[in-house]
Amino acid sequence: MAQISRREFLRDGVAAFTVSFTAPAFLSDIALAQGARSRNLVVVYLSGGNDALNTVVPYQDLFYFSRRPAIAVPAGQVLQIGSDSSRKALGLHPRLTGLHTMFNEGRLAVVQRTGYPNSSRSHFQGTDIWGTANPDTTSGLGWLGRYLDTLPGPVDTLSGWNATRETPRALVARTVAVPAIPDARTYSLASPNGGVEAQNERLAATRIASHVPVDRPHLSFVNGSIRGALDTLDRVGSVNSYVPTVTYPNNGFAQALRTVAASIVRGIGTRVFWVQTGGFDTHAGQGNAGGGAYATLMATFSNGLLAFYTDLRNQGLLNDTLILQFSEFGRRITENGSQGTDHGAAGVMMAIGGAVRGGIYGTAASLDPNPANATLENGGADVRHETDFRAVYARVLDGWLGADSVAILGGNFRQGVPAII
Amino acid sequence: MARENWQGEHLLRRAAFGPSATDLNRFDETPLSSVVDFLVEYQRQPDDVDSRIGRSDHVSVTTRGGQFSPNTNIEDARQRWLFRMVHSERPLQEKMALFWHNHFATAYSKVAGFAGGLQATKMMAGQIELFRQHALGNFRTLLMEVARDPAMVVWLDGRTNFRARPQENFAREIMELFTWGVGHYTEQDVYAAARVFTGWNLQRVPANGNNNDPATSYEFFYNANQHDTSAKTFTFPIYSDGGRTIPARSAADGMQDGIDFITALARHPETARRLARKLWNFFVTDLRPADPEFVEGVASEYLRNTEMKPVVRYILRSHWFNDPDVWFTRYCWPVEFVVRAIREVGWAGFSVDAARTPLTNMGQTLFEPPDVAGWELGPGWFSTGTMLARMNFAATLAANQRFNLARATAGSRVTPEQLLDFFLFERLTPAPFELGPYRELLSYVNTAPWTGSDAQVNAKAAGLARLVVGSSEYQFV
Repeated sequence: MAQISRREFLRDGVAAFTVSFTAPAFLSDIALAQGARSRNLVVVYLSGGNDALNTVVPYQDLFYFSRRPAIAVPAGQVLQIGSDSSRKALGLHPRLTGLHTMFNEGRLAVVQRTGYPNSSRSHFQGTDIWGTANPDTTSGLGWLGRYLDTLPGPVDTLSGWNATRETPRALVARTVAVPAIPDARTYSLASPNGGVEAQNERLAATRIASHVPVDRPHLSFVNGSIRGALDTLDRVGSVNSYVPTVTYPNNGFAQALRTVAASIVRGIGTRVFWVQTGGFDTHAGQGNAGGGAYATLMATFSNGLLAFYTDLRNQGLLNDTLILQFSEFGRRITENGSQGTDHGAAGVMMAIGGAVRGGIYGTAASLDPNPANATLENGGADVRHETDFRAVYARVLDGWLGADSVAILGGNFRQGVPAII
Repeated sequence: MARENWQGEHLLRRAAFGPSATDLNRFDETPLSSVVDFLVEYQRQPDDVDSRIGRSDHVSVTTRGGQFSPNTNIEDARQRWLFRMVHSERPLQEKMALFWHNHFATAYSKVAGFAGGLQATKMMAGQIELFRQHALGNFRTLLMEVARDPAMVVWLDGRTNFRARPQENFAREIMELFTWGVGHYTEQDVYAAARVFTGWNLQRVPANGNNNDPATSYEFFYNANQHDTSAKTFTFPIYSDGGRTIPARSAADGMQDGIDFITALARHPETARRLARKLWNFFVTDLRPADPEFVEGVASEYLRNTEMKPVVRYILRSHWFNDPDVWFTRYCWPVEFVVRAIREVGWAGFSVDAARTPLTNMGQTLFEPPDVAGWELGPGWFSTGTMLARMNFAATLAANQRFNLARATAGSRVTPEQLLDFFLFERLTPAPFELGPYRELLSYVNTAPWTGSDAQVNAKAAGLARLVVGSSEYQFV
């Protein structure tokens, strides 16, 4: 085997240099300048492809019942929200009681039939497309990442907050590595030693990760994660003492929202939060008569959001907060043989918040499988999109975040934008 | 055991779980090709690793009341696999099992939702056994076995794929993820493939006539009554004569549809290329896409008869793999990180159970991939939260091994440089540190005048182990 002396393997450090770093400060000036007590966007991703037709139910469409004999939500159980502009009567899933409250308070906007042409039926492509906001690209920067890149630099590490472990495509930015904080309580640094020795070690770790290795950008990338963690520890830790005004359900989704509420209340400077809840790939056992597995998903979704909504309202921060919900696709209209539904096309988006103009946007599909039915696609199997999801993004960017949607989305999607805010 | 055999170390990091002290000694004078043979021809090494669980000179496992039950308790199954990765004499077999676990990503939680924890553990343990059995076997055979694997039948809903209402989940993923990838088939192909697998189901086999008997198990079951017997036509060739239609068959012969379809997918050149690209990222580097020449070379090796052993041997002997430029250019998976850290920092008195929660925080729970596409590899492993979990695991392990580490430095503590060099060049195998961070590590040792006292060594040895294992230099294999 080739033998190389160990000394040769210590890299030549001639060109190495150290980037400046500052000790992490609680409520740093950057955070205050960039966003404390300013508008927040909380993105809620229902992962797996949410069955939009059982979320917002067209309960007077006879084809809804004939094509879903087992899993249709009975008309008598839906929570009525009136009719859309095409006079199609709609009702929320019976377990969406929290959302129903928000709707009645005029704080929930439902945007029907959202999607894009030639909708991908693949979870992974689909999720990436919603992330990049470009149906032709499933890699590179995300739409929210591109928004964060427009903030005045240096962009605060905590300008984005991802409550899942992996960084979603949407939050991939050029100027900042958005921290992943699934649980603020475990977001703390351990040391084999205590006291001063632990402080020395933390300082050493920070200094080591502040070097920029020559010709090894992959090491710099990991160093960015290390610095991001060390820089944010103290501010993230400050949210742990938060006492909410309501009791949040004891599940991952609601607890993530509780932490998001804490950081909004503490004003630590985050502009964009990402929260998700999974299990929506309901190929089987969706449940019937408004019960079963899908009902549980709806309850988790609605109860978590209601706690969050109420907590923020009690804190007087609902007007500063916009919640935007999406999923990577809707599902097949006709149920399969296992009381489930396969991958479909258009879905439903929702916006919630103090500044939201509640109501029903867009029109429901007719579920008539007649191939001439223009509201469907794939031979009448799937719902065709009516509102491009990028139009909703454009509204959020322009109307809420004060950004330039044309630059961020790489095109003008302002036509036909639903006036949800 | 000084680190001077860089090429061998590279091979052992990629095709095993990093060199142990024993490995560095025993392979010191061995030609590289013989080490490749040692790894690839793993059937020549004993498969006795399970019998060593519980031995005091090995990493420990933790039982929660009662016996260690890796076939019926999922936590024990996770511990058993970690133990095997730390101590197996057949590391490449375990490494490939991990590769297939990611490739055919199946999650325990959904299986448990259907069959309960005990049966789900049995099924999942059985699936991993399948990956071990065919770790470097025939891919077509493996694909066939996976299609008939009870955990997979639950995971991708094959059990509800009925003649009257075909279920597309497995049909889609076998093309999108298990073989040739998106872009080579249409939605109509997915629908046709769903019909191919109608009736591929599972059934409970009660033991002693009792469904609740712990010995009860699930096995694959072809339900001829639920098979769609009509012909299925695809947009791509199924047969070597170019035929695109699987003919109508009697229900009794209907399983042949799936065999024909799987054979066609396994033998397709695009499947070969996709596997080649995944193996490039696994063995060579994930910093850049696969060299087209590599892809074609691996694909033609694979297409001889879809055997994986010659493919992996080809890769490990290739110039792409052995180029020093690719050393430390693959992002380390959390499981690899944990196993390597345990093998290098030490294990006496440490239980792999202490790695389970940290692994979840690092983003990789064994038997629980996030979805059927497996884990998000490469830079996808890294975020502030997951990196914090890696640093904190390094701290836990270093604290646990403090006195073992301090003892091991006995001959290397006269100066701070000696102590640091012991960790960088003898005990641990990080990528090279540049002079700048090297000096930072040195000033960490030097925060107080160096005396080499036991108290000082106890603190700094553990601190250095934590800093090196938690550095970016250590996150690559």
